[in-house]
Amino acid sequence: MADVTVRVWRGNAQGGAFHEYRVPVEEGMVVLDVLHRIQAIHANDLALRWNCKAGKCGSCGAEVNGHPRLTCMTRMNIFTPGETITVAPMKTFPIIKDLVTDVSFNFQVAKKIPAFQSRPPDAPDGSWRMMQEDIDRVQEFRKCIECFLCQNVCHVIRDHEGKKQHFAGPRFFVRLAELEMHPLDTGTRTGLVKEFAGIGLCNITKCCTEVCPEHIRITDNAIIPLKERVVDEHYDPVVWLLRKVLGKR
Amino acid sequence: MADEKYETHEYDVIVIGAGGAGLRAAIEASAQGVRTALICKSLLGKAHTVMAEGGIAAALGNVYPEDNWQVHFRDTMRGGKMLNNWRMAQLHAQEAPARVVELEAWGALFDRTKDGRILQRDFGGHRYARLAHVGDRTGLEMIRTLQQHAVHKGIDVFMECTIVRLLKEGERACGAFGYWRETGRFVVFKAKAVVLATGGIGKAWKITSNSWEYTGDGHALAYGVGADLIDMEFVQFHPTGMVWPPSVRGILVTEGVRGDGGTLKNALGERFMFNYIPEFFRAETAETEAEADGWYTDKKKNRRTPDLLPRDEVARAIVAEIKAGRGSPHGGVFLDIASRRDPETIKRRLPSMYHQFKELADVDITKQPMEVGPTCHYAMGGVRVDADTTAATVPGLFAAGEVAGGMHGANRLGGNSLSDLVVFGRRAGLYAAEYAKRSPGSFTVDAGQLGAIARECLEPFERGGDENPYTVHRDLQECMQILVGIIRNEGELKKALEELAVLRERQGRVRVAGNRQYNPGWHLAMDLHSMLTVSEAVARAALERKESRGAHTREDYPRMDPTFGKVNVVVRRVGDAMSVSQEPLPQMPDDLRRLFEESK
Amino acid sequence: MAIEAVKHAGDRGAAPTALRKDAWWVQPALTVLGLGAFIVYSTWAAFQNAYYYADPYLSPFYSPCVAANCQHLTVQLVGSWWTWSPAFLILWAPGVFRLTCYYYRKAYYRSFWWAPPACAMPDARRGYDGETSFPLVFQNIHRYTFYLAVLFIVILTWDAILALRFPDGFGVGVGTLVLWVNVVLLALYTFSCHSCRHLCGGHVDIFSRAPFRYRIWHRLSMLNERHALFAWLSLTSVGLADLYVRLVAMGILRDVRLL
Repeated sequence: MADVTVRVWRGNAQGGAFHEYRVPVEEGMVVLDVLHRIQAIHANDLALRWNCKAGKCGSCGAEVNGHPRLTCMTRMNIFTPGETITVAPMKTFPIIKDLVTDVSFNFQVAKKIPAFQSRPPDAPDGSWRMMQEDIDRVQEFRKCIECFLCQNVCHVIRDHEGKKQHFAGPRFFVRLAELEMHPLDTGTRTGLVKEFAGIGLCNITKCCTEVCPEHIRITDNAIIPLKERVVDEHYDPVVWLLRKVLGKR
Repeated sequence: MADEKYETHEYDVIVIGAGGAGLRAAIEASAQGVRTALICKSLLGKAHTVMAEGGIAAALGNVYPEDNWQVHFRDTMRGGKMLNNWRMAQLHAQEAPARVVELEAWGALFDRTKDGRILQRDFGGHRYARLAHVGDRTGLEMIRTLQQHAVHKGIDVFMECTIVRLLKEGERACGAFGYWRETGRFVVFKAKAVVLATGGIGKAWKITSNSWEYTGDGHALAYGVGADLIDMEFVQFHPTGMVWPPSVRGILVTEGVRGDGGTLKNALGERFMFNYIPEFFRAETAETEAEADGWYTDKKKNRRTPDLLPRDEVARAIVAEIKAGRGSPHGGVFLDIASRRDPETIKRRLPSMYHQFKELADVDITKQPMEVGPTCHYAMGGVRVDADTTAATVPGLFAAGEVAGGMHGANRLGGNSLSDLVVFGRRAGLYAAEYAKRSPGSFTVDAGQLGAIARECLEPFERGGDENPYTVHRDLQECMQILVGIIRNEGELKKALEELAVLRERQGRVRVAGNRQYNPGWHLAMDLHSMLTVSEAVARAALERKESRGAHTREDYPRMDPTFGKVNVVVRRVGDAMSVSQEPLPQMPDDLRRLFEESK
Repeated sequence: MAIEAVKHAGDRGAAPTALRKDAWWVQPALTVLGLGAFIVYSTWAAFQNAYYYADPYLSPFYSPCVAANCQHLTVQLVGSWWTWSPAFLILWAPGVFRLTCYYYRKAYYRSFWWAPPACAMPDARRGYDGETSFPLVFQNIHRYTFYLAVLFIVILTWDAILALRFPDGFGVGVGTLVLWVNVVLLALYTFSCHSCRHLCGGHVDIFSRAPFRYRIWHRLSMLNERHALFAWLSLTSVGLADLYVRLVAMGILRDVRLL
């Protein structure tokens, strides 16, 4: 098969540029294979993250022709032959080097989300009883591989750096929805969703859902249900009135 | 104090590796009230555990109440061809159910039975449906649960930090020396106890299901400080890896496909596994297709399908079929679930397999068979540990998970590794913490020792070598794939040792470009040291074991030899040389031995 | 190896941005055209204040007709002091339902606001407060607009039943079908609403303890996956239904009796 021309952004926090490489491409290759070839042939020190190369670990996210994607799941045959392919690092996070970015923002947010708290066991042997229908919804959220492509594409933090202080991002709405709808969890987190996670900043433009490699329907199944739960607690005037009249709850 | 020039951290317990075993160890150590650090090569949550698919084996008895730890223990020992450390296998079978329930208490959501318990699925070598699972992404569920539990426990996590050497004070391990991937700067950890949980060695082979991290670091670190390695000759080739297209060759196809009804076929459409039932498993394996198919629903009347023989048997059978010219177009065999289960069931039970084949190979597994072949998957061998405490033979050093040896004997059953991680991860954390509490206050790290390690690490930048680390790595993978693969013989193993010596010499001439900041070429140059060490250990141990047993198959010694059934092959460092010896297996007490007689 | 200089985005020495080379602008452009066409047409139709009733068909833009000046009164709620088009008395209700709808929000935030115009393309504005401040914080009342929308489904179903009653008794004309198709699509859009899904069962944490709500939620979830499709189909059908009635009333089109 023919050679392909790839422009890879290389540099660090001080700045950088696109470097152009030509590498041979064979059947079935993905963008990550091409990057590995560049690494092996032209640039031993090309920095990139990857682990499983099977779409399960979520390490190798980058922007391929401007689209946030996992490079290990982006087949070369989706491009028109002869097309120059551009690979740039995720834009929302500070650059470390080449395609590697500092994603520590996500780990900081994760730390601030209160832990799961289960109800006491249902059976004397210390186990619980849950039906499959109780957990189907939450299992979808737990497919998340933490590739952070949703965080990267979300314009709230992508285009408005200052909002990182007030907004947890789609990944953590998925996490919060998971806890909120977990059949065993006893915590109530709507206040947290509204204040700390800043769900009101989300304008449900759905890019997180579009880029999710696990096809989690982030907006419809996690964010909007959370918004509705926040409305229950904080914005519904009738509920508010009823609470005033009947006393708390 | 020359060690002042390196960033230095002091802890009671450091855990190297943040997969299932490392996370569980760190959680346990910090629960014991000791200061704990967790150090990992990648970002937290990316460790190889995420790739585990099929499930976690535990005799919960939710689907078959007849199941209990004795049956699980027996299955494990027989799967390991009786070479396992019996005590580890016993502890594992006894404690796995509690560890699974504990994961649920921490938020894991396993698939359910109709009455709301944890559902269990069939897997190779397990007498009953025993694997708690979440579709085919059980490892992800497990690592995420542990990770989310760990972040609130006050454990300090050092991400993208690679350990290159362990430090010793006298005879005992007292810390580790590593570098930050991001900056390339060195970092020193002083610790009263060190837990190794670094996983496996598969990256030394060409066709492998393992990620770049699996370079045998823990094995090499332990070997470097004089700890014993055992059973290194046993490297499991998973029978079903993807074979096409070339760039995805080796990516794992879960055994759950067969557990859920999939069957292996050759180019003639024959279910060839019926021709490869070994004497050892004949009594418990179905002889006809009707019996095999009946077994999925009725385990009392029917015996297990040969598609679910232990992995070593299936991998060898596939190799034999391919050699006999009955392979698939791209040099594998067919794995067919499309004709056996309806599309909805396949998508529900095996979503990530569906996704993986669809996106990477343009194959719709609900309509077409998959093409599969063996792929290097798991190292049974590893650091020799005390069964109860996971203590290595070097004081202060502990090991759990894939890096530890003994638990799985000559061959690991599918599903037993996730349970191994949490059972022995917890024990490692517990006993490392206890050890740390008993240890005296402070110790000194020899500055000369640190300087020497640092110089060695930086050599690839400074020397005028001519070798590309990627080329050396590729040649190492070729060598191990061809000469130390599934089927071995003395001539090839000796040739492998010669080639490894040449590769070792070439590694000494590796030169890397660029600077120390996030430089994968440099990282690989350092990983080569570990890979070469474990490769040599595997080749030497394989040469020593002159029989075929479990995952170790010798063309020149095709039978099991009872005298080798009584010994472990032990590899250890003596001076600068690798010594290989045979040492007797621990003896099983009579009450456990009886379990094997009853079933005959 | 060719090296090309790149301008860096401001403060972080960050990676390049807006690298998409595909026709990302097509989607927002189509949305602007579609929504724009509907707004222009419906405003014109509402202002016309005539030709909205062609016996037995009442245009959905004028239903329920509640003012004294109606050509076909549904129920009189407003006296003869109201002299403007009766459409204005009611059109606001389905209007705010659509305005606060989770799907339309996505559509207009992207295509009209450009926040963002397409995925991985930069926002048009520097400042951004999402839906946290006035007036967008009122998007949170969507569930009340849903209750209103349900009322309209009831009324439009009534209209569709009336469309079976011709001067000579029971009958079915093309217009009858038009009104029925319209009300079915509107109902699909209304009941696939995210708020509806939440209110009917989504708020439950343990479904096995609320099996009835679970079944409803499960069905609504399947509809909800196609909410955007229903939004466009029903928007088109309501416009076309009005147009059909209008053309018949103006005598431009002749309604064909089928039964």
